[in-house]
Amino acid sequence: MTTAVGRRALARRRTPGMPPGEGRSTVLTVLLWLCSAYFLLPLVWLLIASTKDNTGLFTSFGLWFADRFRLVDNLVALFTQHDGDFGRWGLNTILYSVVSGAGAAILATAAGYAFAKYEFPGKRFWFAVVLGAIMIPTTALAIPTYLLFAGAGLTNTVWAIILPSLVSPFGVYLMRVFAEEAIPDSLLEAARIDGASEFRIFAQIAVRLLSPGIVTVLLFALVATWNNYFLPLIMLTDPSLFPLTVGLAQLQAASEAGGGATAQFSTVITGSLVSVVPLIVAFLYLQRYWQSGLATGSVKS
Amino acid sequence: MTTLTLSRRRSAVPRRRSADARRKHIAAYSFLTPFLIVFVAMLVVPLFYAGYLSLFRAQIVGGTTFVGLDNYVRALADPRFLEGVGRMSLFLVVQVPIMLGLALFFALALDSGRVRGGKYARLAIFVPYAVPGVVTTLMWGYLYGRNFGPIAQFFEALGLHAPDLLAPGTILGSIMNIVTWQYIGYNMVIMYSALRAIPQELYEAARIDGAGQFRIAWSIKIPSIRSAIMLTIIFSVIGSFQLFSEPKLLYEIAPNAIGTSFSPNLYAYNLAFTNQDVNYAAAIAFLLGFVIMIVSYVVQLSGNRREKGGAR
Repeated sequence: MTTAVGRRALARRRTPGMPPGEGRSTVLTVLLWLCSAYFLLPLVWLLIASTKDNTGLFTSFGLWFADRFRLVDNLVALFTQHDGDFGRWGLNTILYSVVSGAGAAILATAAGYAFAKYEFPGKRFWFAVVLGAIMIPTTALAIPTYLLFAGAGLTNTVWAIILPSLVSPFGVYLMRVFAEEAIPDSLLEAARIDGASEFRIFAQIAVRLLSPGIVTVLLFALVATWNNYFLPLIMLTDPSLFPLTVGLAQLQAASEAGGGATAQFSTVITGSLVSVVPLIVAFLYLQRYWQSGLATGSVKS
Repeated sequence: MTTLTLSRRRSAVPRRRSADARRKHIAAYSFLTPFLIVFVAMLVVPLFYAGYLSLFRAQIVGGTTFVGLDNYVRALADPRFLEGVGRMSLFLVVQVPIMLGLALFFALALDSGRVRGGKYARLAIFVPYAVPGVVTTLMWGYLYGRNFGPIAQFFEALGLHAPDLLAPGTILGSIMNIVTWQYIGYNMVIMYSALRAIPQELYEAARIDGAGQFRIAWSIKIPSIRSAIMLTIIFSVIGSFQLFSEPKLLYEIAPNAIGTSFSPNLYAYNLAFTNQDVNYAAAIAFLLGFVIMIVSYVVQLSGNRREKGGAR
């Protein structure tokens, strides 16, 4: 499937900005890889630290392994403590982020398509409102949202996390730009002349052409919910509903307060590692999508 | 078939067209409405509700009374709020230029194609963005810490006194480092994607004129991706003022250095959930949103002016 955006991306795939005769630069290579070490070393530390027990953490150098390899023991301890709370937090996180991500992507796709491909009264007004909303600090909305949800009896439910996460003004903006580029008007007109309903045109033609953009919005909405800490922190008090972020923070607080006695540092560290791995894998696996999506958003803004 | 449709359309143009337009309006709104419902319910309503709440004050005796703009007057004279805003402004002025400058440097270096293994370096720089902010902060908290932090271990191995990175004087810098580590890659990818979209012909003309790599970067590449750079600046401004997770989590390991009003968001959170003063918290949140709007507007305005001045 070749979209306009996809085609452009293909045309861009050149030998990066390098004229013939100019080679690679050793100085630049060394410099950049030294900087990359700054980004990778903390994660390497996390990986190594999760193979140590509490004593090992205190008695060995941070960037090398301790005498005993305890990764498996740490994982067992992590998943079995408090009747398997950690596993439940992981499942909660997956539930919240998949439902919110998919919901946000569907809403943003339909809205972005309407903004890109239709003329209708109120279009300029609503688009200006949506664009303005990108500027609103989401955390400033969290407290009034909490009070409204408390009034409606929705705190301490999954809806308290999912409903606010369905709104992605930036996703709508991105989908509008994407739809303008990827869907030729002539194709829509041809489908209309053939008698296809507007909904069928959207579901069978537009969605297919928009799929790279949809994946981008889905991925970013998913990550935003996966990483969200403020909203679940204020909305949830029931530990069985916690996502990983709030659960980990609580574990850390317990381990700091007890000096590692009530909850082990090694458990917190191993939990951190476990909650990082799925997203890194997803990003590496889907990099084609988010890169093209970011390109669309940044070039057109 | 097609000609038939066309000729029939032409015969009944005026009525057809208005019916057709109405049909399209209905279609457009049916695509838009699901989003708008959630948007209004989850964004517009809470925003107005915060505005409404901020005009009241709850008292132990006498209940909730309307106080007009009193909460705002109180906030504008509240040293804890003002210090928080000042701290975030300092954060903005120091951290954002460092982060975006480095992101731009990495993007230009990778786009120049002169780095061996550039594709992998790009991923290495981006990876921290995929790490949840909570984990990032926990991890750096351990790295900074004296218990088993490798930074302290390194200094001790050299027989030196390890600096306290979680002290009142150093904590802001330590948080700047955490945020920079997390977001350089994201900003770099935005800039890099924009660089890749510059048409090749622009470089070729410059090369024929004998322009070197630095000259091309300065005179062609950076001006061409101005809108992408602007986007990263606006997002960084919004992000900086909203700082919450990092101070909230570091509070556990450095309560004295952070306090309860380190950032305006942390202050609003503590007001609402520790002091139970939601009205004042709403005013603080509203005021913070206002500050963010003004600063982003000023940034955009100065960016536009520069663009006009630059297009000589």
